[in-house]
Parts: sequence; structure tokens; C-alpha cells
Amino acid sequence: MSNNTMSARLKSYGIWIAAALLLLILPFIFSSGASHTTMCLAGIMIIFALSYNMLLGQTGMLSFGHAVYYGLAAFVTAHSMNWLAKNGVPIPLLLVPVVGGVAGLFFGILFGSVSTRRGGTAFAMISLGLAELVYSSSLILRSFFGGEEGISTDRTKLLRVFGYNFGPQIQVYYLIAAWTLLCVVLMYALTRTPFGRMCNAVRENPERVEFVGYNPQFVRFIAFSLAGLFAGIAGSLAAINIELAQASFVGAAQSGAVLLAAYIGGVAFFVGPILGAILVTLLSIKLSDFSEIWLLYFGILFITIILFAPYGLSGLLMMHAQFWRGPIGGRISRLLKLLGAYVVAAIPAIIMIAGAVLLIEMIHHVSQKAAEGPMMHFLRRPYLTVNTASAIPWIGALIALFAGFFAFRFTWPTVASVWHKALADAQRSGS
Amino acid sequence: MAELIIISTLNGVLYGMLLFLMASGLTLIFSMMGVLNFAHASFYMLGAFLGFQISQWAGFIPAIILAPIIAGGLGALIERYGLRTVHKHGHVAELLFTFGLAFIIEETIQMIWGKLAVDYRVPSFLDFSAFTVYATNYPAYKAFMLLFSIAIFVGLIFLLTRTRAGLIIQASLTHPNMVGMLGHNVPRVFMMVFGLGTSLAAIAGAIAGAAFVTQSNMAALLGPILFVVVVVGGLGSLWGAFVASLLIGLLQTFAIASDWSLSKFLGSSYTPASGTILYDVWTVTIAQIGPILPYLLLVLVLVFRPTGLFGTRDT
Amino acid sequence: MNSAVELKELQKRFGKTEIIRGVSLDVKSGERHAVIGPNGAGKSTLFNLVSGRFLPTSGSIHLHGENITGMRPFEINRRGLSRSFQVTNIFPRLSVWENIRCAVLWSKGYKYSFWRNIDKLEDVRARTQEILELINMANRAEIPAGVLSYAEQRALEIGITIAGGADIILLDEPTAGMSRSETEHAVALIRKVSEGRTLIIIEHDMGVVFDLADRISVLVYGQIIATDEPAKIKSNQKVQEAYLGAAGHD
Repeated sequence: MSNNTMSARLKSYGIWIAAALLLLILPFIFSSGASHTTMCLAGIMIIFALSYNMLLGQTGMLSFGHAVYYGLAAFVTAHSMNWLAKNGVPIPLLLVPVVGGVAGLFFGILFGSVSTRRGGTAFAMISLGLAELVYSSSLILRSFFGGEEGISTDRTKLLRVFGYNFGPQIQVYYLIAAWTLLCVVLMYALTRTPFGRMCNAVRENPERVEFVGYNPQFVRFIAFSLAGLFAGIAGSLAAINIELAQASFVGAAQSGAVLLAAYIGGVAFFVGPILGAILVTLLSIKLSDFSEIWLLYFGILFITIILFAPYGLSGLLMMHAQFWRGPIGGRISRLLKLLGAYVVAAIPAIIMIAGAVLLIEMIHHVSQKAAEGPMMHFLRRPYLTVNTASAIPWIGALIALFAGFFAFRFTWPTVASVWHKALADAQRSGS
Repeated sequence: MAELIIISTLNGVLYGMLLFLMASGLTLIFSMMGVLNFAHASFYMLGAFLGFQISQWAGFIPAIILAPIIAGGLGALIERYGLRTVHKHGHVAELLFTFGLAFIIEETIQMIWGKLAVDYRVPSFLDFSAFTVYATNYPAYKAFMLLFSIAIFVGLIFLLTRTRAGLIIQASLTHPNMVGMLGHNVPRVFMMVFGLGTSLAAIAGAIAGAAFVTQSNMAALLGPILFVVVVVGGLGSLWGAFVASLLIGLLQTFAIASDWSLSKFLGSSYTPASGTILYDVWTVTIAQIGPILPYLLLVLVLVFRPTGLFGTRDT
Repeated sequence: MNSAVELKELQKRFGKTEIIRGVSLDVKSGERHAVIGPNGAGKSTLFNLVSGRFLPTSGSIHLHGENITGMRPFEINRRGLSRSFQVTNIFPRLSVWENIRCAVLWSKGYKYSFWRNIDKLEDVRARTQEILELINMANRAEIPAGVLSYAEQRALEIGITIAGGADIILLDEPTAGMSRSETEHAVALIRKVSEGRTLIIIEHDMGVVFDLADRISVLVYGQIIATDEPAKIKSNQKVQEAYLGAAGHD
């Protein structure tokens, strides 16, 4: 019995210990300065996206204005850091995100009291209206928002502990990693409390909740306030990370980005927004290397997921959990068979996508870059130069698009049959 | 002063009517399908860009006729092949779909027409002064826009109250679940309503684009105001959308024309220290807070009348 | 005997239509009380008023002597009145276990607690298990409620209703749409769960009504035309004219 509880303990804490170790060694695996920067951004986005999912995934509240709490907290953080440095108050940088969290909580309570009285579509629109209100105010309240330049700050000017001044990016990485881990643990723990479960109940059926003794509006209000708190910590870390808070932090693009990250990762599972945050951070850095119009591809990815994989990436991964039964050899062979089928389907899919991308890039080139002449560097690669004045690439792109599409469709039955066989096999060995 | 009031009223009513062209389509779609079309302002933008492009090729009149038809057709197709697929996943998925759609439309327009404003101009045959109020010339094109949007408005009323299709739409405004039971092909009605609604937005875009700035951020600027209109008016209420459109149109137009500030109003007896928030609030003019007035109105309405001015339905 | 629920001159209007037209009713503590009446008589509306879903146009509602008129549903629920719904109203994507547990939480005093691990609340776990066994669904605990059979969902609906330990239970057509054997199961369940509590039940199946109820109220066109013991209701002239005669066509 005590052995059992020990292993159960290890199971529940083991994953967090593993995560901590991973965060510890990650900067040595990806040791370039650029990857440290990327990891910092990803960590911030993980907190932000998980806080967003407390609303969308857990409580069923679709917010178009979550950046308000992130951004306002970033401004409060920047002002606080400047004030702390100016007055020589002995508070280390490590604790500054607490200020952001409190700011996020404060604004969450303030705006939440107006906006959470209604759920559904009305809440979504109100969140948008409040976000616009805050964003437009940033043009007026210049002393707080700092106008177009924003409010800059210097993270090295705060109290030093053990000689760390947080100047180098690697030190900031560890600061962000520690806060990310803490926030992830706390937000996960929240889902396993009476309040967390009532959030799910409100998401499922707010009316019924009223008849089991709970006030769904109050559940929404607490969820909103706590989501503000964690968004505030994320915003605070963002201000520390780039030593600047700007009006764009509270803007619609920032609110949209967190929605996309959470949804692409999948809102139905706790890990979804974590995956989404990492992917979106990577894509937004990498895609711009390949194309000027990468945001368009981003949007297409988002719509594709809404249409074909409404549970996001984590949903797609979790669909494979059902094959993970019985003896280990069977598990692996099932997944390998599936992988083989996916590769077969992926080849025409890649051809189709390549055709579509080439077409889009050529249209973009012809309509926007006519002045540069007909030659286009496809994916910004000089070795992929295409002559948009010639008919051949256009026809080629169309052929790739359509042939790829039909070949892709042709592979579906194969994938489906492999899937069903593997499923039947898993069920047999599981029982 | 009288001059300012007359001109501002004309401009405010014009802006309000344009808002209503969009808000009416949005309301129709929302009432019937339960979908808040986040991409509605994007169809307005699409109307403007299509109007610009067609006017380059074929002239202004074909532009304002064809642009709404193309945009509405596109809207109907998107409903048929996109929105209908996500319908089974619920309203949040639908709203997210239209959010993604807005994103894609904006990016597509940037891909084709770029980020800078395009040169969509008032046609020369309407580029003259219609009448003069005191010393201000009122452009013929604005008068044309006003008349045109009123004509569409009257047409819409006629459609809703005098035709069979309109009666079905009206019935489903009040009893969304009954229409299907009466044997109407609900998916097709949805598709038509979505097409109609988006083409109304595109009409507004096609005519307004020539007078204002046609740029790829116009949807992002206008979209939130549109939502304010339908929330303030009351979700699902056409009459509410009409009143709220005019209200916000007038509010913003008068705000822009006014340079009052607290410091001017209270005189210079007291001035807060420069660089403080109080100073910002003290010295800001009403013209400067014009853009946030709709959102302030939204908050006020939500606090005091959560269902909106004319709303009855809670979502 | 004390009265559990007392309605005084209750009235409800939707626009110009008067659905409940002055209902007064006194349900005693521990009583099993059935409300019958033809379709559209206003039975469900009556439940919606008592449980706080709708606000009455006039009149008052008292729970153990306390005036609860105008209270929100959750406030009424916390005072010990719980209801089920005619159209199954559960949490479809949550497991059966979670469905019941959500309904247990408030009664155990955990409120909006966001600092306790829910899986470590032994009293909640025990009560949830008890309810699951009572409604015979202990072996279905892990299944999402949305995929249960109709009869199972109805049983779950009752489970959610009683889980909070309310002493007044309102059941809105618990056996509607069930087969004969399912109905028998349901009646046995209702008998079991209403032991020692006050039960008010809307029911169309007269067999169930006369089997279960201590007293019956007949609601016709928004008014109660008779309240009495089953045997006397059967022989009541007014009831036969107004209701049983009409119900013969059902």
C-alpha cells in the first residue's frame, strides 16, 4: 500500500521534476543567443496562453481582449521597476512579477465585474469593447502609456541578489523559466479544485449550475480575475524581458495571438495551450524568414484547425492514446504502422501545400512587387528563383495544388483502414 | 455654431446610416443563425477594395453594383463550405471561425493590395459641391451616400415586411427554432441570409471607401465599433441597431468637431502638474476622446442595462 | 404539520398571456405531492417559479416559512430545494462521476474553494459514491454523461437533483419517454430517494401518480382546481370534467 502511494506520488510529482530539469538544461542544448531569446518568449507565451485557457477551455468564455491584463500589468511593472530603481527600494527583480500579477488581478476584478455577468457571445463582444477602450485610452493617457515610445525600464538597476544583475539573456531565461514552472503548476492545481471543476460545469451548462447551488456569474468572475492574475505575471515577464512596455501590448493583435496559440494547441487539454504557445512562438519567428505574408499562412493554419481538428494539436495527439494499450511491442508496432500511413498521406499533402504557397507567393509578388521585376525568390531563397512572367510556374503550381489535393484524398481510405485495424488490435490486446 | 451643428448632424447621420448598413446585416445573421460574424467588417473592407478594383477596370457604377454581389456571393460560399461545417461544434467554434476569417481576409487584402491606402476616389461626376451651409460646401458625394444608404434602408424594410423571404426572416428573428418546423430549407435560408448580410456590409464599403480611406486596416478599425452598435442596441434587435448606429454616428461626429476639454471648461484656475494622469485627463479634448466614446457608452449600457437599449434576448 | 413549500396567490404573465393565474398551495413537510394537469396547464412554469428560474408577476413563495420570492435559483437551492428538468439538463462532456460531484460540492461547504485538492475531499468522494450506488450507476462513473442512454441520463438527472441533500425535491416528469420497465425502475428509485424528504412531482403517468403520491393537485389552465388525497381526486367531479375527461384523448 505504501509502495503504491509512493509510486502515485512519484507519478504526480515526477512530471514536474522532469519539467524543472528540462528547463534547467534546455539553454545548454539550444545554446545560441537567438534560441535563448526564443525560449524566453515561449515561456511568457505559455503562461499567457494557459491563463487564457482558464477562460476559453476551462470555463467556456471566449475573450477577445485578454491582452488588456497582460499589457496593463506590463506597464505597471515598468513603472514599478523605474520607481524601485529610483528610490533604491531593496526588492529584487525576481519578485517583480508579483507586482504584475497583482496588477493583472486588480484589472481582472475591475473589468471582470462589468463583463462576466453574461457568458457566451455577449461576453465575447464585451471583452472586445473593453479591449478597444483600453487600447484607445493608451493614446490619451500618455503619462501612463508613454505614447508611441512606450515606457522603457532597466532591469539591471534593481537590487542584486548573489551578484546576478539579470543583464545577460541567460539569467533572464532562468527567471522566466522559474516563473513559468511555478505558474504552470499553480494553474494545473487550480483545475483540480472545487472551483476548477465548477468552471468546467459552467462551461458545459451554466443554467444547471444555478440549480446545484452555485452562481455561474460568480464562477466566471473568479475565473476571469485569476486569469487576469496569471496574464499579469506573463505581461510583467514580457516587460522585464524586453525592458519596455508598449501600447501594442494591450492591442488586438496581442489578444488575437494568445487566442490562436491556445486554440491551435487545443483548449480541451491542459497541455494544449503549452504546445500551442511553443508552436506559435516558433512559427512567428521562423515563418517570417520565409515569407513576408506569413501571417496569412498563420490564419490559414488556424482556420484549418477549426474546420478539421477542433481539439487542436493536443487533441490530435490524444487521439493516439487509445493505441497505447497492451504489451509494449504491440503499442509500438501499431504506432509505426500509423506513422507509415501518415507519411504516405503527407507526401501528396506537401505537394498540395507547396503548390498553394507558390501560387499565393506569386500573386503577392505580381500585385505588390511589380517594380522589382518578374523574378521572385520563392520562400526568400535565392536558389528557388521563379519567373512570374512565365506561364510555367503558374501552371506548375496549379497542377501541384490540384494533383496533390486529389492524390491526398486518394490516400484517406488507406489511412482510415490502417487506423481502424490498429484500433481493433488495440481493443483486443487491451481487454 | 449653427453651421457646425448642421454639418455635424449631416455627417453624423451619414456615418450612422453606413454603420446601420453593416449592423443590420450583422443583426440579421446573428438573430437567425446565432452566429456573431466577427468578419463582418472584413466584408465591408472587401467591398471597398473590390469597389476600387472594379472602378479601375469598369468605372464607378459597375463597381458599386458588382462589388456587393461578389462579396455577398463569397459570403454565401463561406457559409456553405466553412461555417456550416463548424456549426456542430457550437457557437464558440463558429465565432472563432469568423475570427479566423477576418484574419485571413485582412491578410489576403494585404497580399494583393498591400498595406498602404489605395487610391479609391470619388467619381468625377459626383465630385462637386451639392449645397452650401453658411460657408461650408457639402460634397455631392456625401449627399449621394446618404441618399443611397437611405434607399437601401427603405429597400430592406420593404424586403422584410412585404416579401415572402422577408417574412420568413422576420419569423426567425423572433422564433429561431420554428422556421425549420414550418418546412423551410433552413440551411439554404442561412446561406442566403449570410450572403445578404455580407453584401450589405460590402455596399457600405464600396460607397464609403471612395469617400474615406481604403486601407487594409479599415476592418480592424471599424469592426469593434460595429460590435458596440449591436450590443448597445441590444443583440438581435434591428430597431436597436438602427438607433444605436445613429447614436454612435452622431456621438463620434460631434465629438470630433468639438475642442472642449476639462481645462477649457473649468478655466485655468487649476492646472495639474504636467506628466501626470490627471494632467492628461485635464487637457484632453473631446475630439481626442472621440474614438473611445463608443466604448465608454458600451460600458455604461452594460452597467445600467445589460440587455442593451432594445434587447430582449439574453445570449 | 409544518409546511415545506407554500405558494400564495402566485401569478405569472408572459407579455399578455397569463400562464399561472393565482395559485395557492401548501405542501407539507415529508409529503409526496403530485401535480397533474393537461399539457399547457402551466405545471413546468409552476416549477420554474418555485425553483427561481422565473420571477413571479405577483404572489409569494415560502420555503419552510421563509419568503423566497425573487431569489435566484442558487439561493433557493442553498436553502434546501432542488429540482430536476423535464428536458434532460446535465453536464454532457463531464463524466457521470463529475456530474454528481458538482452537485455534491456546495452542500459539503466547499463553495468556490480554489485552494483545496478536490480529489482529497473524502466526504465529497463518499457522498458521490453513495449517490452513484443509489441511482445504480457506480459502474458507469467514468463515462461522459452525454453518451449515456436516455433512461440512464434521466436517472443521472435525478442523481444530480438529490446529491446536494436537499430536503425538498421537485421532479419534472421523471419518467417521460421511458418504457414500462424503465418506468418501474424509475419509480422505485424515486421512492427510495424521496424517503424522509418532501417530494413534489409533475407526472403524466397516472399509474405512477396514484402509486406514489400522498396528495395530488390538479392544475388546469393556470389554476389549481383541486388538492386532495388520490382516492378523493379520482372521484372528484370537477377533476373528472376538467381533466381526466380531457386526458382520455392523450
